[in-house]
Amino acid sequence: MSAEQMPGRHREVPPKVEFRKVNLHYFSDEGETHAVKDMSFSVRPGEFVSIVGQSGCGKSTLLSLLSGLMHPTSGQVLIDGKPVRGPSPQVGFMLQQDTLFEWRTILENALLGPEIRGMDLAAARARAERILTSYGLGQFLHHKPGQLSGGMRQRAALGRTMCMEPDILLLDEPFSALDFQTRLSIAEEIGEIIRREGKTAILVTHDIPEAIALADRVVVLSPRPGRLKSIHEITFPSAGPTRPGSMAAREAAEFREYYHTIWTEMENHD
Amino acid sequence: MTETAPATATPGTPTDPGTGSIAGPSVAYQNWIDRQSRNRRQVQVGRALILIAFLALWEVAPRAGLVNPMLTSYPSAVWEGFLELLAQGNLGLHIGVTLLEVMISFAVAMILGTVVAICLWLSPMLEKILDPFLVVGNALPKIALVPIFYIWLGPQGSIYAVAIAVALFITILMLYTGFSQTDPNKIKLARTLGAGKRQILTKVVLPGNVHTFMATLKANVGLSLVGVIVGEFQASKAGLGYLIVYGSQIFRMDMVMAAIVILSLMSVAIYLAVQKAETWLIR
Repeated sequence: MSAEQMPGRHREVPPKVEFRKVNLHYFSDEGETHAVKDMSFSVRPGEFVSIVGQSGCGKSTLLSLLSGLMHPTSGQVLIDGKPVRGPSPQVGFMLQQDTLFEWRTILENALLGPEIRGMDLAAARARAERILTSYGLGQFLHHKPGQLSGGMRQRAALGRTMCMEPDILLLDEPFSALDFQTRLSIAEEIGEIIRREGKTAILVTHDIPEAIALADRVVVLSPRPGRLKSIHEITFPSAGPTRPGSMAAREAAEFREYYHTIWTEMENHD
Repeated sequence: MTETAPATATPGTPTDPGTGSIAGPSVAYQNWIDRQSRNRRQVQVGRALILIAFLALWEVAPRAGLVNPMLTSYPSAVWEGFLELLAQGNLGLHIGVTLLEVMISFAVAMILGTVVAICLWLSPMLEKILDPFLVVGNALPKIALVPIFYIWLGPQGSIYAVAIAVALFITILMLYTGFSQTDPNKIKLARTLGAGKRQILTKVVLPGNVHTFMATLKANVGLSLVGVIVGEFQASKAGLGYLIVYGSQIFRMDMVMAAIVILSLMSVAIYLAVQKAETWLIR
């Protein structure tokens, strides 16, 4: 329990996710791009890490590497100490758009992963119904995505991800398509679900407050080529012994300090 | 049939205070509704007027000697020509022959085109290699091939060949374009869930392109009909195309016009059937 809440105290735990001197080059007719350079850092089990940086710093690329959609040109990407070989059900990916299939109902959308993986569909269906109901979508199981609001759609997308029972969640700016109000409450809600279920999560965002409000650590990258700039432990001692939710975190005394430090770092890149 | 006035007789008095909603539409809304239905009526009246004026002109001008009735015929003569065809008893045959030819070539072009489009999507290399040939094949007026098809395949075969050729390339191009424009994020998502190329095809690309498929069907109805009629012009023993050519050769414009009217009704009927299938498929 405390290992999940205060992961910083348990550095001896073997990392869930590890980047070891990762380099990635993109090739195109226009030339070669060095997208990620000598990237090394690790994420502990149950930890929530945010990755921030300007565009071109390779933050989304890191998620593609972790999900097995891309492979490093050199170096290693490890999950539970084993190199990533391809997409694994252990890793759930939430994209910028909710990418719900508009020709499927919410429930059928949640069953996409189990269908593709050839899992037991009856069990998956029961699981999907339970998960979606717990996200407040019980009455909308048989609705098409077009009938749902942006926030509900994003919760449905989380349900689809969770239906695969991943233990690592990759979030690629999953809130950026929502309006500001919805964005705050959905971020809070989803952050809360991820923590409650003890998932390891990596959030990529360009929204610094969002990164701080949700994370145990914030990783700052600098662009062209994308490389590690700094890592910040995020704790809110003033808000009490347990980590506050993202809304409360935004109100905490330490928040402004973190924001200022990270913002300055992102502005002045070498 | 008149205005829906009774509902607005007492606009300010809600009859159902329980729900808190206004019982009748407001006066302004009622006016708007009236205006809308007036507009709709005007559109219908306008259409009817054009049709009537056209038919009247067509009937009167030849009879008054303004144009040569031998060249234009006129509606009442067309109607008599139609009745005469009916009486001869093989109008059904002509319609049936053309309809069957259209259906067969339409189906073959659709199936073949879909298979080719899927192959192109599955293999980008194949698509790159075939691209210039498809462009030329699509640009070439297939009608120009009619004599060749006739020599190679005989009268019946050439009708199918033209109709299929006319519809096939556009099917391939429309479907392939639709496939390749599938939302890349949906494909990415399917890949993160472990989908391979075939699963991306069956779970994302095909179901995501039902509308492309329907648009292609609609375009093909017209195109297969064009192909069949042109094929029948070249050589045929029956069919509406045959009727048109035969009628013009014996200078029976009433017969030609009757066949054309039937043809246009047929194309509308097929189009409506496709539209029906579309609403059923998309639901």
